[in-house]
Amino acid sequence: MSDPLRPNAVRPIRGAALVVLRRDRWALAGALCIALLALLAVGADVLTAITGQDPYTYRIEALDPATGAPAGALGGVSGTHWFGVEPLTGRDLFAIVAHGARTSFLIGLAATAVSVLLGVVLGAAAGYLGGALDRLVTWTADVLLGFPYLVFMIALGAVAPAEVPRPLLLIVVIGFFGWPSMARIVRAQTLTLRARGFVSAARSLGAGPVHVFRHELLPNLWGPIIVVATLSIPGKIGLEAALSFLGVGIPPPTPSWGRTISSAIDWVGTDPMFLVFPGAALFLATWAFNVLGDGLRDALDPRTAR
Amino acid sequence: MTAPLLALEDVSVDFVSGGVTHPAVRDVSLSLTAGEVLAVVGESGSGKTVTAMSLLRLLPATARLSGRAVFEGRDLYAMGTAELRAVRGGRIGMVFQEPMSALNPVFTIGAQLVEAVRAHRPVTRRQARDRAAELLRLVGLPDQERRLRAYPHELSGGQLQRVVIAMAVACEPALLVADEPTTALDVTVQAEIIELLRDLRDRLDVAILLITHDMGVVAGLADRVAVMREGRVVEQGEVVEVLRRPRHAYTRQLLDAVVSLTASPEAVAVPDARDGLVSRGGQVAVAGSGSVPDDPAADAVLVVDGLTVVYGGRFGLSGTRAVDGVSVHVRPGEVLGLVGESGSGKSTLASVVVGLRSPTRGTVTLAGRDITALRGRERRTLRGVVGTVFQDPASSLNPRATIARTIAEPMLLHGAPGGVDPATRVDELLDLVGLSPALRERYPHELSGGQRQRVGIARALALDPALLVADEPTSALDVSVQARILDLFRSLQERLGFACLFISHDLGVVERLAHRVAVLRDGRLVEQGPTADVLTRPLHPYTTELITAAPVADPDLQRERHVRRRTTTP
Repeated sequence: MSDPLRPNAVRPIRGAALVVLRRDRWALAGALCIALLALLAVGADVLTAITGQDPYTYRIEALDPATGAPAGALGGVSGTHWFGVEPLTGRDLFAIVAHGARTSFLIGLAATAVSVLLGVVLGAAAGYLGGALDRLVTWTADVLLGFPYLVFMIALGAVAPAEVPRPLLLIVVIGFFGWPSMARIVRAQTLTLRARGFVSAARSLGAGPVHVFRHELLPNLWGPIIVVATLSIPGKIGLEAALSFLGVGIPPPTPSWGRTISSAIDWVGTDPMFLVFPGAALFLATWAFNVLGDGLRDALDPRTAR
Repeated sequence: MTAPLLALEDVSVDFVSGGVTHPAVRDVSLSLTAGEVLAVVGESGSGKTVTAMSLLRLLPATARLSGRAVFEGRDLYAMGTAELRAVRGGRIGMVFQEPMSALNPVFTIGAQLVEAVRAHRPVTRRQARDRAAELLRLVGLPDQERRLRAYPHELSGGQLQRVVIAMAVACEPALLVADEPTTALDVTVQAEIIELLRDLRDRLDVAILLITHDMGVVAGLADRVAVMREGRVVEQGEVVEVLRRPRHAYTRQLLDAVVSLTASPEAVAVPDARDGLVSRGGQVAVAGSGSVPDDPAADAVLVVDGLTVVYGGRFGLSGTRAVDGVSVHVRPGEVLGLVGESGSGKSTLASVVVGLRSPTRGTVTLAGRDITALRGRERRTLRGVVGTVFQDPASSLNPRATIARTIAEPMLLHGAPGGVDPATRVDELLDLVGLSPALRERYPHELSGGQRQRVGIARALALDPALLVADEPTSALDVSVQARILDLFRSLQERLGFACLFISHDLGVVERLAHRVAVLRDGRLVEQGPTADVLTRPLHPYTTELITAAPVADPDLQRERHVRRRTTTP
């Protein structure tokens, strides 16, 4: 049980989320879609074990020996290969998509966590403490928002030593470039909260900045934080896919949607299904987080709440 | 009997949202003849404003109207849009509560007045401008040409309300709807605006529908009064009848709850000034500029000495002196009432005492320790000695924290007094302020305004503070709630014996609670002394002005005061 004397942010937000899922069909569809993809990612090993597949083993026997394309219709879709197989290697495409979901979700969520942590701490500190810190944070956020981060990430991906694990590098870099939008919103919200009586009440009792942040500001910030975080996840999943597409993301043989899409481009004329499955998975993931985020914003933001 | 100018017949207003109907006004019938002032009185949620807004059909789209509102023979509720626009501003003028928000900040007063004149009359710009100047003269604003070129922020609240009234009467309407026209204004300004409305009624023969919660305003202005409660009119009649011999229990309750100043100034000669000071017994006032000196008692809980707070004033600019060399003290068990109008610096002084702001000069000594000299941890520890009750209970409670958690906050920071369990102490405090322990797990939005302020008081008392600072603790509350909160405050003060710095703009409130009164004006302390002496035999002319301007819920007394004000003020 939680401490009864702590401000409770969970209840109103959970309430709003339930209202969203009951009233907003699109948000519900998004949430279900996320749940399905999450199940796919978490249960990737179990699901692929059903047909005895994995994303690494080459299966030349599933290919047409003359062309190297998958044998059979629709890119080799069959009872053993649900999504067909990869051309030239014969690896199971379902296994690649399922394990790719794992990569995408891991990087998308972890990078979002990094952005949220940095954005909330810096935004709240800038808004509450003001002064030089505020100017520094606002200025840095402006610079980062205008920074050509894709070029920077490609360059960084090329020069980073091989000992640094790629997923970690991606999480840190994508997360780092994501904090300014969160910080801006948190700062603006903090500025309005700071003028409210209950913050003055706590300060007049001798509460320090950390206490005010934890007990007065944070419970009132959760709404916008959750909305902005949800809306920024698809961007981060897309960014990881883009970097993998460009060859500076997750290195082979670890499955990644972006890299599979990249190789599928060459086969789009002969084996379009090779592009359709990972492409659809990427599309569904970004779409689902977007509609859910929109629904949450409508419910939590008093200006759009119905 | 002549036909009434406006007749409301069985008016009901419902708000429909999400298929649920919330009744706001129920079967209201009122009538108003030309040149008459009808006051509609009620507390928040009584439907008085909704009734008034329905006349101009300025209600949100979710409102459903029924009944008839016949104005000059036509039903306002059945009018088409074009016809209605001609009536709005043309035949019915509107005066809003907050003059600053009723005017557009980016246009000059002149432009807005010209606009109002030309909206309903086919006149040239030049003629409209002349009319605008004439209107400003009508509402008693001197130097019209300069005022016409001014922007809203360059005028004071009272002057702005005059401009809003000028706009409302621009097209010589037959009816003026005034929604709480004086609520946002200071007492002295309030009295002037009431005076102006009375004067306009006499000169223009305009009928006024006055919406207010303030019985003092009713007594000063209205001919007839209708008391509303929960959407219904519970009593209506001649103002003298209703205020003297209320028939309905609710009207009686409202009148009993009015906290008005009972003391009235006696004509006693003011002693001669010596060294720039006038004094009589323990009562001191300044004769010229500057603040009254203070002689703090040795055991004082709070000593403010020569406090000056300057806003702005960086980069060689002079800045604004919000508080200028003020010295006061509060002894154990004593309530010091700090009185002043908006801009007098009373809230700035309070924010320094509660540690939200640092003074530019001067010292603040709490329980023998100078808070301006302390830093960091020591300074924070000393904060436990002071409890604070804020003005607006809706904003001073964290919306995401339960009542128990809000009350326990001081104990989380400083530890519970005497090492008791904070949860036990919370129950004790809830009981102390007259709230049920069942409210522990509720959130602020589930409570009424009065209950929220009780929570605010409980939080302030959590640590058994030596000093309680209360900054206008009742001004955001309804009349009947206000009276109960004041009673609670007084009984708590008598039982617990804390020292209290009580800040208010309302002399009636201060009279009920304070042992001593200090009067602030423009950042300076112009007078202080025992409450009874200051309120009955004021030494400073400003104190006299404040006392005579304070509204009372007695029509004859109120009118007599108006006459006296007119003769005494130039």
